[in-house]
Amino acid sequence: MAHDHHHDHDHDHSELPEMDLRVRALESLLVEKGYVDPAALDIIIDTYENKVGPQNGARVVAKAWSDPEFKKWLLDDGSAAIVSLGYSGRQGEHMDVVENTDDVHNMVVCTLCSCYPWSVLGLPPVWYKSAPYRSRAVIDPRGVLAEFGVSIAEDKEVRVWDSTAEMRYLVLPQRPDGTEGWSEEQLAALVTRDSMIGTGLALSPDQVPA
Amino acid sequence: MSVSKSEQAALDAVPSIPRNDDGPVFVEPWQAQAFAMTIALYDAGRFTWPEWAEALSDQLRQAGAEQQGEDYYRHWLSALEQLSSAKGLTNGPELAARKDAWDRAAHATPHGEPIVLGAELASD
Repeated sequence: MAHDHHHDHDHDHSELPEMDLRVRALESLLVEKGYVDPAALDIIIDTYENKVGPQNGARVVAKAWSDPEFKKWLLDDGSAAIVSLGYSGRQGEHMDVVENTDDVHNMVVCTLCSCYPWSVLGLPPVWYKSAPYRSRAVIDPRGVLAEFGVSIAEDKEVRVWDSTAEMRYLVLPQRPDGTEGWSEEQLAALVTRDSMIGTGLALSPDQVPA
Repeated sequence: MSVSKSEQAALDAVPSIPRNDDGPVFVEPWQAQAFAMTIALYDAGRFTWPEWAEALSDQLRQAGAEQQGEDYYRHWLSALEQLSSAKGLTNGPELAARKDAWDRAAHATPHGEPIVLGAELASD
């Protein structure tokens, strides 16, 4: 056990918020006793994944693609730039925005539990919370990406960002070719949730209905 | 977004559920988890919606609660703990012990590894 009670989440141990602990306690007991089927819970929650909606994040990305000043701010101080658009996390967690380039592909995981930038992406998808994703994203990111249908060139670096309760990451995907002169609204339609977690790429113009 | 029959029944029975045109809205993931557990228990026939509505309104009344956002689901979870205990599905001491076990499991888990209940439960 850690002897130091200073809460240093990043390095030595982990801590779950009070409400999270209570929910976990009740859920694990109900599941163990057979009163609740975890698969049924997943199905119910799945319905809400897109509800709070990754559309907030899509607007952030579209603005960064359109406005170089905003992009610079976003990469320098993600929390402030995102709050300026009216999307703020309740717990005041820091937001770090990591940019995909020709040389680097970023993806986000929370190996610990399911820390997720839900002020901009909504509820985390079921797979994000699953043990296989959490453990494999770090060990074999290319393998995981391949399962999502994303192949990354051998010479491109893949960076995996491990979220914590205090630090959340958002991927700034690469702007697709063939979108010159598009409005922010048009661009936002290309930005999928997975592209902002890094398990997908932004859609190309021919992938969205005209 | 379509709302399932059970969810619609929940929305009808508990008009105070924060929602938009698509159905319930959640501010944090644990709230959705608490909501989903409630639906799942109802689906399994563990309680009726009127019973649920009463349990929830008891909590809200006791707290003189602000019925929005985070506070709302805080009371929601209390009601769910309460009703689950009243129905004999669990009980207060068991919940407290399990919560403590999760807390210890989290503290004993280095960042970078999934939190799982392990040795903490051996003595339960």
